[in-house]
Amino acid sequence: MTSASQDLNLNHEPGHIKHDGHNLTGFIIFLCSESIIFLAFFSGFALLKLTSPEWLPEGVEGLETKLPLINTIVLVSSSFVAYFAERYLHKENLWGFRALWLLTMAMGTYFVYGQYVEWSELPFSLSNGVFGGTFYLLTGFHGLHVITGILLMALMLFRSFRPNNYAKGDMGVTSVSLFWHFVDVIWIILYILIYVWQRHT
Amino acid sequence: MTTTKYDPRVLKAPHPVPGAPDNWKRFFTFNTDAKVIGIQYMGLSLFFLLVGGLLAMVMRGELITPPSDLVDPTVYNGLYTMHGTVMLFLFLFPILNGFNNLLIPTMIGAPDMAFPKVNAAAFWLVPVFSVVLLSSFFVPGGPASAGWWSYPPVSIQNPLGHFLNGEFLWILAVALSGISSILGALNFVTTIIRMRAPGMGFFRMPVFVWTAWAAQTLQLVGLPALTGGAIMLLFDLSFGTSFFRPEGGGDPVLYQHFFWFYSHPAVYVMVLPVFGIFSELITVYSRKPLFGYKFVAIASFIITFLGLIVWVHHMFYSGTPQWMRNIFIVTTMLIAVPTGVKVFAWLGTLWGGKIRLTTPMLFVLGGVVNFILGGVTGIMLGTAPIDIHVGNTYFVVAHFHYIIFNTIGFGIFAGIYHWFPKFTGRMYYEGLGKIHFVLTFIGATLNWLPMHWAGLYGMPRRVASYDPEFAIWNVIASIGAFMLGVASIPFILNIVSSWARGAKASANPWNAIGLEWLLPSPPPAENFEDDVPTVISEPYGYGLGKPLVKDEEYYIRRSMEA
Ligand code: HEM
Ligand SMILES: [Cu+2]
Repeated sequence: MTSASQDLNLNHEPGHIKHDGHNLTGFIIFLCSESIIFLAFFSGFALLKLTSPEWLPEGVEGLETKLPLINTIVLVSSSFVAYFAERYLHKENLWGFRALWLLTMAMGTYFVYGQYVEWSELPFSLSNGVFGGTFYLLTGFHGLHVITGILLMALMLFRSFRPNNYAKGDMGVTSVSLFWHFVDVIWIILYILIYVWQRHT
Repeated sequence: MTTTKYDPRVLKAPHPVPGAPDNWKRFFTFNTDAKVIGIQYMGLSLFFLLVGGLLAMVMRGELITPPSDLVDPTVYNGLYTMHGTVMLFLFLFPILNGFNNLLIPTMIGAPDMAFPKVNAAAFWLVPVFSVVLLSSFFVPGGPASAGWWSYPPVSIQNPLGHFLNGEFLWILAVALSGISSILGALNFVTTIIRMRAPGMGFFRMPVFVWTAWAAQTLQLVGLPALTGGAIMLLFDLSFGTSFFRPEGGGDPVLYQHFFWFYSHPAVYVMVLPVFGIFSELITVYSRKPLFGYKFVAIASFIITFLGLIVWVHHMFYSGTPQWMRNIFIVTTMLIAVPTGVKVFAWLGTLWGGKIRLTTPMLFVLGGVVNFILGGVTGIMLGTAPIDIHVGNTYFVVAHFHYIIFNTIGFGIFAGIYHWFPKFTGRMYYEGLGKIHFVLTFIGATLNWLPMHWAGLYGMPRRVASYDPEFAIWNVIASIGAFMLGVASIPFILNIVSSWARGAKASANPWNAIGLEWLLPSPPPAENFEDDVPTVISEPYGYGLGKPLVKDEEYYIRRSMEA
């Protein structure tokens, strides 16, 4: 079997079976599709905000922005850390990769913690009209992605301790850090929609 | 370095995937071979065609007389909701994924799908969500009954107050089906982009692969929107949010946007592969190259694009402002152009061809004729004035069944017969096939043609009882429906008995051109294994004497020897 599949790779013109590339192609397509779910939520948010007769629940003035801002800064910088972790991996510096990767995970965890603190201090709940619903839906769905990202990173970290797995970079690490950047970009849009936009209404 | 060497191993009987039994039992395992998964999809979805058909029979039994005497109106609501849902999510989508699994790898010369395990997981989600959906018959309050579109506010009322209710299970099932379809779509698109045989550029791919690609792209763009909408609906129903509740500041029409942004394209997800099947079969059975191959291929993606920007034509009577209606009337009309390209390509191919009226070809011709009628009524409905007049009447029911059964259903039957020898290794019985076709054609016409008039004269849909003036149309329709039920008998008989004892099929019983016909019937587990041919020309070189693959001798050898 091995000899057959080696033949497969050697004997064919480029454009044929490139097994390595599948995962990344598939993953990118997956992310495109995921971004449409977010797009649906974002457009729903915008539409409801623009047309809804009652937006903020009674007694709520607006959202506190300081904590979310710190959170945003942490999350956005973690994307850069992840990028450098990946660079280390390509240079076959495994310990450098592990250290920065762990730092990314820590920053992600801090973000989730900050989100938790913010949620527990809010004066409204999921069932407080459209505002409550959209707020928790958007931030919650995003938070779920952050948690998924951290778990995936833990998996990659764990795998890096198994011999030979990370000789010259790895498709898994590339995909996970792509996912992390994606989650980051989504957060920026979300931050603008939820926290920045409210200031001007 | 492409001379493909002759490898006698490939022509041997199919070898089992390691660990899987090489008999019928493998269809009941978590098997990662795309061809096994394809047949799993086919079998399961045909079973659900029967289930959905039975629900329809009960509906037609109710409608054979004007008063509501067989079932009461609430039960009737549950019946049409479940009928529509079963037919779409458990019959049509799964069966098309069956075709994709069988045909995409074999047609492009790939050993399997890009992600075989994901593929198997996507399949096994189907039985899981079918159980979720059908178990709703046994929860208090009965199955979901807000229609397969599940519009709020009806769908989020939950009058009995149980957390576990029919609507809850419905939304859950639809969400699971969405996950399964997205996983499938990812896999098909990646496979088509990355795993084509050497020399098979995009413009050398068979039209079926083009249409499947376009359709799966639509799934990837549209389904997430529906999934987003379904999540919000679930929250409204069960967790007290008010996205779609006007009392809480929400907007029920927002849901309609999410729903139709997916569900209009969904009709192209279903019809595009059938266009592909039509194109494949018409060339084979009239022995001519496909007229305008490149246009037909590209038209698939134009349909995909236009399909994504017409959804509001389902909402003309949901308070849509006139300027918006006008935009969507125009985009809807535009779809007629690429679609027309396809129809003319088929007619142009048939023109002067040597037509063989086998069972698959009969289904194709029947399907094309019905499609023309269904297309005309579709364009009528796409104009707001007519839609506002006949929307919510049986005219709509007639229109979409002309597309969804008389076109898509026919194409599916055609495809099943045509590729049956390839994937089972046996020939079906032509006589039984023709009986199936005749019964289906007459039954379907009796069933849905009269509904056009019933609708034009004002018979509303989704009702268990109606004004006696419509009785005659309904009696005819019910007779047609029962005839369709009878038609399933020769079909099932044919499939079962030919699979068990039919004549052995050669590699290329139809004398067709295409990589799949170079494989033995049934193809071995990894298709060409390491003996992948190099493609050197467009598909469908019928009568042109152009070889499809580089090594002509190889071609002849494979088609003779197997
Ligand atoms: C086998 C014969 C069939 C019969 C007799 C039949 C009959 C019906 C009837 C009476 C309705 C309800 C219309 C209403 O009250 O508004 C309906 C709805 C529907 N059917 Fe069928 N049908 C059949 C096959 C199919 C097939 C094969 C499909 C899909 C592949 C399908 C998809 C639908 C859908 C999506 C609806 C919409 C549900 C709704 O309007 O509530 N049907 N059908
Ligand atoms: Cu539509």
